[in-house]
Amino acid sequence: MAVEGDRSSGTEVDESRRSRILGALAGADGRRGVAIALLSTIVFVVVVGVVIANSPGWPAVHKGFLSWHYFKASFPEIGRAFLLNCKIFAIAECIILPFALLIAVLRSLPGPVFFPLRALAIVYADFFRGVPTILVIAILALGVPGLGIAGLTNSVVVWGIVALVLIYSAYVSEVYRAGIESVHPSQEAAARSLGLTRGQTLRKVILPQAIRRVIPPLLNDFIGLQKDTALVGTVGAIEAFNQANIDADGSFNFTPYLVATVFFVAITIPLARLTDWLIARDRRRRQATGAFG
Amino acid sequence: MNRSRALRLLGLVALAAAVATVAGCGGSGTPTTQTNASGSCANSQLTLVKSGQLTVGTDNPAYPPWYAGGTKSSFWKVNDPSDGKGFESATAYAVARQLGFSPSEVHWAYVPFNRSYAPGQKSFDFDINQISYTPARAKAVTFSTSYYDVNQAVVVLKGTPISKVYTIAGLRSFKLGAQLGSTSYSFITSTIKPTTQTAVYPQNATAVQSLKNGQINGLVVDLPTAFYVTAVQVPHSEVLGQFTSGGGAGYFGMVFRKGNPLARCVDQALSKLRANGTLQQIQQKWLSKATGAPVLK
Amino acid sequence: MSALEIEGLRKSFGKNLVLDGIDLSIGEHEVTCLIGASGSGKSTLLRCINLLEPVDAGRITVDGDEITRRGVDVNRVRRRIGIVFQAFNLFPHMSVLENVTLAPRLALKQDRRSAEEHARTLLDRFGLSDKVDAYPDHLSGGQQQRVAIVRALAMQPRLMLLDEVTSALDPELVGEVLDVIGELAAGGMTMVIATHEMGFARDIATRVCFLDGGVILEQGPAAQIFGSPREPRTQQFLQRIIAAKRL
Repeated sequence: MAVEGDRSSGTEVDESRRSRILGALAGADGRRGVAIALLSTIVFVVVVGVVIANSPGWPAVHKGFLSWHYFKASFPEIGRAFLLNCKIFAIAECIILPFALLIAVLRSLPGPVFFPLRALAIVYADFFRGVPTILVIAILALGVPGLGIAGLTNSVVVWGIVALVLIYSAYVSEVYRAGIESVHPSQEAAARSLGLTRGQTLRKVILPQAIRRVIPPLLNDFIGLQKDTALVGTVGAIEAFNQANIDADGSFNFTPYLVATVFFVAITIPLARLTDWLIARDRRRRQATGAFG
Repeated sequence: MNRSRALRLLGLVALAAAVATVAGCGGSGTPTTQTNASGSCANSQLTLVKSGQLTVGTDNPAYPPWYAGGTKSSFWKVNDPSDGKGFESATAYAVARQLGFSPSEVHWAYVPFNRSYAPGQKSFDFDINQISYTPARAKAVTFSTSYYDVNQAVVVLKGTPISKVYTIAGLRSFKLGAQLGSTSYSFITSTIKPTTQTAVYPQNATAVQSLKNGQINGLVVDLPTAFYVTAVQVPHSEVLGQFTSGGGAGYFGMVFRKGNPLARCVDQALSKLRANGTLQQIQQKWLSKATGAPVLK
Repeated sequence: MSALEIEGLRKSFGKNLVLDGIDLSIGEHEVTCLIGASGSGKSTLLRCINLLEPVDAGRITVDGDEITRRGVDVNRVRRRIGIVFQAFNLFPHMSVLENVTLAPRLALKQDRRSAEEHARTLLDRFGLSDKVDAYPDHLSGGQQQRVAIVRALAMQPRLMLLDEVTSALDPELVGEVLDVIGELAAGGMTMVIATHEMGFARDIATRVCFLDGGVILEQGPAAQIFGSPREPRTQQFLQRIIAAKRL
């Protein structure tokens, strides 16, 4: 009884359509295009390199920012300090993902009885997206311990994590919300029609689809968070950026900042490639509601 | 090897060559310096960033006892360096007079700490900002001779456990803090060697707040700053003691662009001021309170 | 006792009055086909019956239970009424088997094994046993719609509502879905079917209702409505259908 007449459009169709639209060429034209692009890039890089290398201040900048001696000297301790950045990132992210989901769900509760919760979620998201991260860290990490409330920790790392959680949950909740709203309402209609409650529908039908769709922007926020862990250094914690400050001020050389940069970028690259892989995988699987198109 | 692979290989080789060009080039040119031919320190022959004036750099806020007299300026916080009040301000004007500048020919520039050693053209003739001389730093900039021999000291809150400590070893079990840019942090890690992680703050304000909050037990700063902290910034605090040897003792020097011939002239000025007692007077006037702390060994 | 009783149903969307007093009484095992032009309110009527849309006025009674009363347990009502949509609306992140067993397990609290057994039986009955672990994006439109019907059936509803379920399918796939519906009808399922498939309606319907202007303009046995419609507008509508060679 199965009729194989009519598969939903395959990925190969998508790919060739996309490359035609974006002007990719095939065959000999393509190879010539690649050669031209490559050659012009090389020429450009060489020209920029020559200009930089012949500028009057280059030797001083070279020594001041790109010194191999200072690179080697500060690499181990900045690496050790970077572990603190990673620790802050991991702990914060584990709390942000569920907390932001809670805020997004609160935001979507319908009906007048839930208005206070919705309003709270809106105010929270607006406030913590608007205020600069560095301010929140300073206020929490220095202000709260100043109150001297018994039982509350003094640790700037803990309060830095709290600050990052508050701020990034605001951003991530908006990302979740976009994901939830991107799930076609007919999915909710179908699930409710089967007799599932609102909560069951959210948990089993809406959220699994919503989260899959927003993995790229979620990972963007991951990467942003990793970078913002450096801000905890402004309140005294010795993470990579602060360690770079210490080394630079001690040696009067800026190369330690380059070392810190290397660590931050090194951890971002795998995260970015993971995002790309997840997008590609999602695109392959994403043939959504069954409506023909 | 097919054509596209050959092209890719060519591209990689060329890219590597370009990078090598950028990395390798350099060291050939020397920065242009305006040397004065005669090596004279006469006012008209000095090497200056802006002729006709002495541009002196320092950081903002300008804290006591290094600067004093308050501020009416909307730019300079806490104190205005151009009053001539405070230890560093007075010293700078004294040096300027020796070099033949009237007070009105001295201009102050805001130089955040890490701009004092950034490579390239400086925005100041010299920077005076409680910068300790170290041999490592002297590779990147030129230091004057000492305008103040300084000891590190530690500030604590009265009545706390750390306030009962009398030795360096006794400090080891406490959480200490230091400010960026000072040599305090390296002193802590190399000499005191505490068992808990030290905290390092980019600004005085955050360091002081942490001490007040009890987030650090002791704040290590130079001795005169320590007295300012206890007198003005942190109530119920005291200077536990000072360190007179090893990394705990050092000197402040003015910072110049590397190789700036002006440094030699300033050194001459400082010798004269030392010889005729001016430096001693300035120290007595502004740093008299910064004495009498017990020595921690 | 009638399976479904609708009295004076009114429904507006904003200023747009879509249903202007619907009265309908359907007995058990009856197959009622709703025909009419697009926008005549067929879909809206079906969505009101399973409470997806709140009604503005009127009463709906299912098996003697007035479902439009205040305080009714909406979820419980919906478990007894199955609905299948034009756009299938399968859950794309779940396999066919998971799609079918989700609601029985969560809403009817069946354990996994019995839910899966029941699901496999149904899927097998409608020729989908080899697609049990497939994902919706690997099925043809006809297969997806059949799965959607099975998904609704797995809840063992008293009443099935079918909303233009073949309208989105390519012509060669329509047949397999109509076969499934025919089987259900033959098995005695009470159904209300909105459809454009006039030939099918004529074959299967116990009764046909022509919707026009927000009311049921004419209703009666299929032979009568298709053979000798009374109302001029019904005649016009059917003539247009015939001219389009859909009858």
